[in-house]
Amino acid sequence: MKNNRVDFSAAVENEMCLILPSLSVNEGMARAAVAAFCAQLNPTALELADIKCAVSEAVTNCIVHAYREEMGEIRIEVKLCEGRLIQIEIRDRGCGIENVKQAREPLFTTDAEGERSGMGFTVMESFCDELRVTSRVGRGTSVTLLKRLHK
Amino acid sequence: MIKKGGQITYEKRGDALVVHVCGEIDHHSAVGVRTGIDDRIMAERPTRVLLELSAVDFMDSSGLGLIMGRFALVKQYGGTLAVLDPSPAVMKIMKLAGMERMVSILKTKVK
Ligand SMILES: Nc1ncnc2c1ncn2[C@@H]1O[C@H](COP(=O)(O)OP(=O)(O)OP(=O)(O)O)[C@@H](O)[C@H]1O
Ligand SMILES: [Mg+2]
Repeated sequence: MKNNRVDFSAAVENEMCLILPSLSVNEGMARAAVAAFCAQLNPTALELADIKCAVSEAVTNCIVHAYREEMGEIRIEVKLCEGRLIQIEIRDRGCGIENVKQAREPLFTTDAEGERSGMGFTVMESFCDELRVTSRVGRGTSVTLLKRLHK
Repeated sequence: MIKKGGQITYEKRGDALVVHVCGEIDHHSAVGVRTGIDDRIMAERPTRVLLELSAVDFMDSSGLGLIMGRFALVKQYGGTLAVLDPSPAVMKIMKLAGMERMVSILKTKVK
């Protein structure tokens, strides 16, 4: 497994930063903007659809879980790296996650009443090559999606 | 460029209610789709509900919650729910979640 890990030190060729308030209308905006930026690498339609879905999951989690009813800032950083590697970090300063390992399990949700399926992290993980999550309770969460495009 | 999410139209087919959803289903659009469908379902209590999702070009896990929620609602009064002609995007995420084992998926369109 270790050898498959994406190299974080790959040189950045282009980057973009997006800061949005945690309004649900921005979910569509965020995934469309990231997809538009990534389009310069000529990804396949399937790769672009995967990226959009993973970004949507991470942004929705900021709105639904990190900030709940409150308004907060969502920061999205996209880096296009050498070797057709896309690195997307989605960060919030919300409530944080107590147990990241448990949160990443399929079907785990703290919000069953809200009709959540607990599949967000599983979607991010399987639609990307790698998913990194760091979180501190009361401070916020950082989710990094790594996707390597076909040659 | 940003498509509006989750417009719904309804169609009666015998004793089945067909719910056509089109556009993008995410957390933002799911709220409106949910209340629309639930009002209609509770008013009619159809024995069979078919969620027709061929024109859904984007769906994330909020859509999974939406489908499972309607599945539970219809089951409550003794009805059944199936997903009709899911688009490739819908199929991909439903498969990932193992949902085809819980909700029946019907395909009529040849693609
Ligand atoms: N940014 C975040 N801040 C705080 N908690 C989070 C955040 N992201 C995820 N979580 C926690 O991790 C759990 C699992 O997240 P995941 O996206 O997998 O499922 P979900 O959001 O509950 O359901 P779904 O994504 O299927 O609608 C959430 O229920 C929530 O408790
Ligand atoms: Mg989620």
